[in-house]
Amino acid sequence: METDRKDGRTPNQLRMLSCSRNILHRAHGSASWSQGETKVLAAVYGPNAGTKKNEDPEKACIEVIWKPKTGQIGKAEKECEMIMKKTIQSICLLTINPNTTTSVVVQVVNDDGALLPCAINAACAALVDAGIPMKHLAVAICCCVAEEGSVLLDPTKLEEQQMRGFAYIVFPNSALSALPKGSSLVDGEPLEHGIITSVTHGVMSVDEYLRCVGRGRAACAKLSDVLRRSLQKSES
Amino acid sequence: MRLVDSSGDLSGEMEVDAFRRLFPLRYYERHLAESIRPDGRPLGMARDTTLALGAVSSADGSALAKIGSTTMLAAIKMEVMTPSAESPDEGCIAIEFHMPPICSPIVRPGRPAEAAVVVSKQLSDTILSSGMIDLKELALVNADGALFDAALLSAVAAFSHLQIPVVSLNDKGKIVAFTEEGDTVGKLEKEAVNKEKRKLTLGNIPFSLTCTLHKKHILADPSSEEESIMETLVTVVMDSSDRLVSFYKPGGPALAYTSLVTDCVRLTRQRMKELEKILDEAFSGMEVD
Repeated sequence: METDRKDGRTPNQLRMLSCSRNILHRAHGSASWSQGETKVLAAVYGPNAGTKKNEDPEKACIEVIWKPKTGQIGKAEKECEMIMKKTIQSICLLTINPNTTTSVVVQVVNDDGALLPCAINAACAALVDAGIPMKHLAVAICCCVAEEGSVLLDPTKLEEQQMRGFAYIVFPNSALSALPKGSSLVDGEPLEHGIITSVTHGVMSVDEYLRCVGRGRAACAKLSDVLRRSLQKSES
Repeated sequence: MRLVDSSGDLSGEMEVDAFRRLFPLRYYERHLAESIRPDGRPLGMARDTTLALGAVSSADGSALAKIGSTTMLAAIKMEVMTPSAESPDEGCIAIEFHMPPICSPIVRPGRPAEAAVVVSKQLSDTILSSGMIDLKELALVNADGALFDAALLSAVAAFSHLQIPVVSLNDKGKIVAFTEEGDTVGKLEKEAVNKEKRKLTLGNIPFSLTCTLHKKHILADPSSEEESIMETLVTVVMDSSDRLVSFYKPGGPALAYTSLVTDCVRLTRQRMKELEKILDEAFSGMEVD
């Protein structure tokens, strides 16, 4: 069913994406990612020597600092930091540089909906720019469920507030391998179908959530292509 | 009790406790291979849950919830406020979550509150409120895994226990809480706005279940030892009308495939039935008094 979105997009259409790397010269890696009006800047410093207290010295430690656009750091920022830290920990190869700390600083430049997915995408690009070893990249998307049950992708802030519920979902990006397909099936599903992180707000039925996941997966395949192309372009 | 370590690198026998400390992951994997956990529970079963309503007598509503050894205390205080202009019919809920050092050896004084409190804020959306502030205080008494589940359960129970006190308008036109202890002389002109203490009407009640994922095994309701070893945690919150309130999976090495998602949801539904029964029993115990 076609829902009229204010900016004229179809339910499955994402906003204008743009990604630029190596914008901050003092940081080891940096990237800016914008989806429509939402823009996030991420900088990576590291690996630096030593781990934080209570962290395992056998592995590399990741630290995330979230800077909101205005206001002081409160509980919402701390929660975002924790989610991002756990997501980044699961995609980085932590055993390569034990007893080191890598800091990821996220600065919100503008918030117009889908902020956390934008930040995760920016952080991933920044980690690539810094050369931190990773298993695969993470692509994040926001899906929301409207009152009548239709699923919209990549909502603006206005849409997020009006919707019944929304979900931020992070998937691993699809692997381009030299070997023919068929080598990475888990439980009958390819590796890129698994969810790394999922955070939901508001109520929705289980079927609606699974539909969000399905749509999000398809959109993430497109997103990971964009990410891959922009990273390759910067190399040349 | 001796355990023969057949994995090869440590020939000979070793005490169970030493094995548990030195190789925690292998210890757990040997149990998982038999589909059982060290404390004897099958994989999908949650720990014993108990609920006590009215634990704090000075609060308007309170409850103490225990899941295994994790103990959580919730107390609700109501205050009169002027509602905001945009939503004149609604009150608001402020939630504070305290983790005092008594609860766990890893908590030091001054450590900030956990992220669980931010998630619990959204759950208050499912509970109706009417023109007053509720200040809810959640205090963690003992931390042994599945903190969020215990917090939610005690919060929900405290809300069910809550009775809105009588309010009335005083001469200046402000709403003032009616105190219980007499004050009848000379103040009878005040009309009580609601004549008697009434219970808060609850909408759909949310219940939650935290599981850890480890290589295709889903363990429901982990203890803190299990949580620290298996790094992937999933918390599923469903409400009584079978809708998903939250599917919270903050990263973690194990990826959640659709089959895992449906399994977690199924386990949560089972848990929800158990919890509803426990809540009803605790309630009927209260009514009798």
